[in-house]
Amino acid sequence: MRILTLIRQVLDAEESVRVRNGAVALEGSNLVMDTMDEYGVEAALRLREAGAEAEIVVVAVGPARAEEALRTALAMGADRGIHVVTDAALDAIALSSVMAQIAKAEGAELIFCGGQEADWDSQALGPATAERLHWPQATWTSALELKGSTLVGKHEADEGSESFEVSLPAVVTTQQGLNEPRYPTLPNIMKSKKKEVRKETLEAYGVAAKVRVNGVEIQVKERLKKILDGKDAAGAAAQLVKLLREEAGVIA
Amino acid sequence: MILIVAEHANGKLSKSAYELATAARGLKREGGVTALVLGSGVASVAASAALIADQVLVADFAELAQYDAEVWSAAVTQIATEGEAEAVLIAGSRSGREYSPRVAVKLDAPLLEDVTSLKDEGGALHGEHYTFLTRVTERVEAKAAVAVVTVKAGAFAVAVAGTAAAEQFDVDLMLPPRRLKVTASTTEKTGRIALTEADIVVSGGRGVGTPEGFTQLVEGLADQLGAAVGATRAVVDAGWRPYSEQVGQTGKTVQPKAYIAVGISGAVQHLSGMNKSKVIVAINKDGGAPIFKIADYGIVGDVKEIVPAMIQELRK
Repeated sequence: MRILTLIRQVLDAEESVRVRNGAVALEGSNLVMDTMDEYGVEAALRLREAGAEAEIVVVAVGPARAEEALRTALAMGADRGIHVVTDAALDAIALSSVMAQIAKAEGAELIFCGGQEADWDSQALGPATAERLHWPQATWTSALELKGSTLVGKHEADEGSESFEVSLPAVVTTQQGLNEPRYPTLPNIMKSKKKEVRKETLEAYGVAAKVRVNGVEIQVKERLKKILDGKDAAGAAAQLVKLLREEAGVIA
Repeated sequence: MILIVAEHANGKLSKSAYELATAARGLKREGGVTALVLGSGVASVAASAALIADQVLVADFAELAQYDAEVWSAAVTQIATEGEAEAVLIAGSRSGREYSPRVAVKLDAPLLEDVTSLKDEGGALHGEHYTFLTRVTERVEAKAAVAVVTVKAGAFAVAVAGTAAAEQFDVDLMLPPRRLKVTASTTEKTGRIALTEADIVVSGGRGVGTPEGFTQLVEGLADQLGAAVGATRAVVDAGWRPYSEQVGQTGKTVQPKAYIAVGISGAVQHLSGMNKSKVIVAINKDGGAPIFKIADYGIVGDVKEIVPAMIQELRK
């Protein structure tokens, strides 16, 4: 079986965001594999360690620097990488076309993808890829195992969680809590440098962005920051309740 | 025509449906607003939808008793195609954001995700949405015969129900088989107002100390205020609270009139789920906690003393 894990390189969540020339400036900031995608790489590795015979191929579409994220996944234990090198900004629906074409060409049976991208705040890539392949999807998984060719797991729904079963092929989206992604060990980092990362061009896939981005801004709501000292608990509580009632008008 | 997919739960039209109606009206398209109700035994939901839309399409089938991404996306695509919808508006709920990409692919349409504003300029849809863990606002545009839009909870005003009911039509659907088999589900019912619908949210973090502390402090204050209860990832991971209460990047995004954070330090992933709240109140013993940087009001002190004192004050 071949498992694809789709990864993206994004701004580290701990970094502050800055806007320059109508876009979020990434120069000089720490860029990492999206943590949501890391859970997918880890999930693929664990399925293999639990006995599934699988080749794990990690796929990224993005600028030259995205190879760093691919190398991280390879150092975690993925077998090889595919890097569609482009500086084009693709929305999730357009990107899903590339991912689906790669999945078909690779004969993949299972695709992992992060539940929400930390840069676009988008949740669409996994489901859109599943639709293009006419595959079912299990989103926001929190537990996963493979029984033969059936995935058995748990995932989050609108209210509460559900246990599910789905036959392969399928797309699975991952999130924090599914597992604890491993840190690459030094020997594995060394090994990963010899692993194949196939470079491709976006032109071969014939996709164009469907959504135009007209600019970004950081809207910071000015906060009042009226912070009281709570040494006198009763006094502070009374004062806060009064502020919320009379000044903010948010409680009755 | 603008198609809105009206969500409902427990036999009631969801608040999101009223917000979708407002977003759809704002586009001022000829052909009006058509609401689609999918479900089983949804007559009363359809009747409510008829008070906010110009036309209601009702698919009331036993097979639609439970949500499924493939079934929902097929149904919505069929109705959007038959009705030549110019835009399909879907709630930015977990399910809405899960099946809407499939609708966009089926319709070969652009997808605007989780918009906080939406308008029509010369036939193109312009919207805003948050990116970078809700820290950046991005302006996006889609020009196409049909566009799919998910709408962020709480971003649009709730449409006021009219007095004249729009006409309802039953529709027939070609539904695909369900391939994701749901073998068990755990829905936590609390009797409280839903997190994404509440005007006030009281949320708790590790700082409340114990599961019992959470119940006493967070639930106690929430019940006193008629508020919904939220929790941080840490508290959910520790098994103190159900996942359905989680606020943040991997949980729910809320935008209430007041968000009261009890014993929450304010990790960026948590803040991304609540930083657009109108008023933020923080109670935490660590005055240097990041939550205070985005708080309007707060108390630096022991939550075990402050919160009971607040509850007592509110009872007065």
